[in-house]
Amino acid sequence: MTVATLTAAARAAPRAPRDRTLLLMLPAGAMLVVMFLAPLVLFFVRTFTEFDGTAAEFIDQARDLLLSQAYLTALGTTNWISLIVTATVLLIGYPIAYYLTTATGIGVRIVVLSIVLPYFTSIIVRTFSWMVLLGEHGLVNNVLVASGLVNHPLPLMYNRLGVLIGMSYVLLPYMVLTLYAAMRAIDPSLLRAAASLGASGSYTFWRVYFPLSLPGVLSGALIVYILSIGFFITPALMGGQHDIMIAMLIDRALEVAVDWPSAALMSLTLLVVTLVLYTVYYRIADIRRLIGAR
Amino acid sequence: MVGPEPRESQFHMVEMDTVLEQRPTRAVVAGLVTPAPIARAGGSAIELRGLTKRYGEETVVDTIAASIAPGEFFSLLGPSGSGKTTTLMMVAGFVHPDGGTVLVDGRDIAAVPPQKRGFGMVFQNYAIFPHLNVFENIAFPLRARHWAKDMIEARVSWALELVQLTRFADRDARQLSGGQQQRVALARAIVFHPPLVLMDEPLGALDKNLRFEMQVEIKEIQQRLGMTVLYVTHDQEEAMSMSDRIAIMNHGRIDQVGPPGEVYERPVNPFVGRFLGEANLIDGTVIAEGGDIARLRLSSGQELRAPRSNSRGPGRGMLFIRPERVEIAPGTVASAEPSANVLAGRVRRCSFLGNILRYAVDLDGAPPVTVDLQNAAGVAPLPVGAPVVLRWPVADSLILAGDG
Repeated sequence: MTVATLTAAARAAPRAPRDRTLLLMLPAGAMLVVMFLAPLVLFFVRTFTEFDGTAAEFIDQARDLLLSQAYLTALGTTNWISLIVTATVLLIGYPIAYYLTTATGIGVRIVVLSIVLPYFTSIIVRTFSWMVLLGEHGLVNNVLVASGLVNHPLPLMYNRLGVLIGMSYVLLPYMVLTLYAAMRAIDPSLLRAAASLGASGSYTFWRVYFPLSLPGVLSGALIVYILSIGFFITPALMGGQHDIMIAMLIDRALEVAVDWPSAALMSLTLLVVTLVLYTVYYRIADIRRLIGAR
Repeated sequence: MVGPEPRESQFHMVEMDTVLEQRPTRAVVAGLVTPAPIARAGGSAIELRGLTKRYGEETVVDTIAASIAPGEFFSLLGPSGSGKTTTLMMVAGFVHPDGGTVLVDGRDIAAVPPQKRGFGMVFQNYAIFPHLNVFENIAFPLRARHWAKDMIEARVSWALELVQLTRFADRDARQLSGGQQQRVALARAIVFHPPLVLMDEPLGALDKNLRFEMQVEIKEIQQRLGMTVLYVTHDQEEAMSMSDRIAIMNHGRIDQVGPPGEVYERPVNPFVGRFLGEANLIDGTVIAEGGDIARLRLSSGQELRAPRSNSRGPGRGMLFIRPERVEIAPGTVASAEPSANVLAGRVRRCSFLGNILRYAVDLDGAPPVTVDLQNAAGVAPLPVGAPVVLRWPVADSLILAGDG
């Protein structure tokens, strides 16, 4: 059918009864507006309107802030940590998700439970648990020293490594669940077809399975990355003095310096980056549908 | 259950030799080099020996045996749950048999994994790779075998031409219609010249006209390439129109094996008779008699004669006759004839099916008999209730043991 006939048909058709199901979204929508959108907008508007000075002065200050050593370092650190965390979580999560799609029985339930259960635990509790494990006199170091593998406790915490371990752990479920959803959509008969056509296991994986799981890989990576760049608690508790991420910088601007305009400006940049990444994520979700994933 | 396996396997040996002589196609393919491990130019001989598969308590495939000749189109036909797909999957290597062996050209392939068996396979849902275009889908088995680029190109072009998809080489696989996807699946399964192609209800998802078209096409390609095909279907017309021989499966066993004409005309039991098309099965008591012809006494006291399908003694039995073999004429007098069965009845119903008129005729104290009449010029339907005489040659009917 051509577009012309379609639109003609639409014009001729009687007006469809109003769809009231949208009303179901009203409570959620109201909550979002009141508790998320309104405070956010107010925060930005008030901060910028209360700025006493000319527009030129404002732009100057903004430029100074966004080009300041502290901000640029935090920006670099944030992106670098997010990148490493995303890669780590992908490497650990991919085999887990694959296992979940293929295995059956008690094993699956145990793995799912151990992935989902931490979700129900507070992120602070989880981070403190890691501190118990990774501290100078933590479980890991005690075992290492007692077994004679190392002479002195390893610096596992209050440095970059601690941040990476803590964040990877917290973000792993997002990756696994996203990958799992994408992998479940891969038709298993395609793998049989590949085998019947003479493809070895690794050839089938790289030529069929991995490309088909790629939308899941990209979505999972983006979700983890988006969450990473806004991370606060884990780097604040487990990081060292060189692991200042943007969220921590914002916190300092508010709590220590009481510099609301700087905090607002940094928040805004973070928000813009997140929204851009989210747009990419949305596109990928769309692509996944196009590829014919169920 | 009738299972004359020993007799049947002898029968196959004869059949195999004649098939070998009849096929000129092997020479045609002889020039093409096939690097497949179990390959030979043309097709392989396949033998299933006592193949068995159990899932828990249930025996899905029960010690089946069959010999498939090189270049033969062999169908497994049966209702769903009869074990035909499981059998195919055991040959493909995806299902591990609990007993028995699969021999390819005399070699037991039990230890060979699916990807090393070198068979082509067409799946029911086509299993086209959605992220590859038509060309790459068909090139897949060649790339997996690390063929040289120009050889891949030449062979894929050949396959594309074979299935008439040359124009669609660059098309996204997802944009193809069902019929086109089917062709891609077929091309992909034969592009590397496998000695055996396995097909699992490949036309099940297509509409009727397209299905018929594809039947002809698959059959032509199979004959041209001389490949051995093991074909699974539940559609008896499809099996009959394409196969050299059909194995009718029921409850995990092969009830009968033979060329389409033979299994259609001379079923070994009522199940086979019914499964291959419309069949009249008239209940009665078998009266033993010397020679090949036996008599069947109906509850009304009338007697019918027919050749026996086996040499079982007297007892319950059924007379089998296809609806198109019964003549129907208006009238009441049913005079006995030496070489025909004659019965009087009344028209109960007449259905117009386009090419045929299908009558249901009431007999005394028996379920109605179905009669098919070709819709020829000058044929007018008989009115309901009209007295009619049914007549069919003794040799066209068969007396079956009454089980099944």
